[in-house]
Amino acid sequence: MTDKTYNADLSRRHFFGKAAAAAGMAVAPGVFLRQVHARPADQAATSEQRWGILIDTDKCAKGCDSCVTACMDENGWGRADASEDKSGPHQKAQWIRKVTIKDKQTGHVQSLPLMCQHCENPPCVDVCPTGASMKRADGIVLVDKHICIGCRYCMMACPYKARSFVHEDLEDQKVVAPRGKGTVESCTMCVHRVDENGTPACVEACNADNHNAMYFGDLKDPNSEISRQLKQYGGKELRADLGLNTGVRYRGL
Amino acid sequence: MSLRQLIQTTIMAGLIALPFTVLAGDTPSPEIPKAKEKATEAYGCVAPVEYMRKNHMDELMHKRDDTLREGIRTDKFSLAECINCHVTPEEDGQFASFGEDEHFCSSCHNYASVSVDCFSCHRDTPEDTDYRHTFNSGNNPHHGKMALKGKKLSVETLQVLTEGDQQ
Repeated sequence: MTDKTYNADLSRRHFFGKAAAAAGMAVAPGVFLRQVHARPADQAATSEQRWGILIDTDKCAKGCDSCVTACMDENGWGRADASEDKSGPHQKAQWIRKVTIKDKQTGHVQSLPLMCQHCENPPCVDVCPTGASMKRADGIVLVDKHICIGCRYCMMACPYKARSFVHEDLEDQKVVAPRGKGTVESCTMCVHRVDENGTPACVEACNADNHNAMYFGDLKDPNSEISRQLKQYGGKELRADLGLNTGVRYRGL
Repeated sequence: MSLRQLIQTTIMAGLIALPFTVLAGDTPSPEIPKAKEKATEAYGCVAPVEYMRKNHMDELMHKRDDTLREGIRTDKFSLAECINCHVTPEEDGQFASFGEDEHFCSSCHNYASVSVDCFSCHRDTPEDTDYRHTFNSGNNPHHGKMALKGKKLSVETLQVLTEGDQQ
């Protein structure tokens, strides 16, 4: 049992113990292959990780929406959901959307995906009257639809307009993404993939298209790709003035 | 026992017995579809059938919170696994949806007139008809087939790389 226990001290000691051996696997000077633990399925997510996404807006192609369509296909909303046909465009679910912004002074146009920012201090969680809006130990913000009453306070509280409300009876949902009438929903950072050591569908699609504008990883691990990118080149929060400490960061804005 | 109590008791007993007298013989026992496979050799399902009949709702309730709030994604008592094994295709290859008597959950719930709201959000049929799960470990992630899409090292490879000398 001990060697399977997810334990901070153990893994840290383990890491230092391994440093010498790992030198042989160094990818580049000072850069080591990340110590990855696939968390066993029977163990809870812990605060040893904080999952985040870094988006490089300079690499994000204008007119490309692979991240959006990948999310639709993965989670079964939008075009992948034929049953939500009575809702208007302003009512339909939008877990992730492409936003184009233009600097009026210079005319510089940028394109970026916008979704739940997975705040450390999420306003949606603050306002939820039932505790349905919640943040997991590893920083992923979710809606517990089992206890969501559909009041939509969280939708009003969210500064990023990241949440949607389902207005219609649905059928043939994806197994990995249960969703139904009367509940609020938003980007889950593909939590079902993350729990299996995977990568969110949007990030995967972006890389598959060779845009490589999105990095997913553990913000608490200094050796993860996302942490090294953030350390070297930086990354901004949207509405940093709100002090939400978002898990999704943007570079090039 | 006073006369009043006696009358009350008699009326209550009559009311309780009423449905049985009315329905007796009218409604046949539900035909519960057979599961696709045996999860365990000992008792078929993931727990003895008597236990599952009585306690499946509590186990599902417990599991849903573990899964959603803590990310514990094991097979046992996972609703997706119940559906994968118990909702079987009909002769035409189609699956009955929840609400039709042929659906595993509906077969009993309709009979007992107990409503369920799982399926207003959850899918009521298996997503992939070829999908068969192995129950060997009991701890496999239940969507394991999609775990390592993309350009990632396999878990085994990573374990060798990072924990090779732990044994």
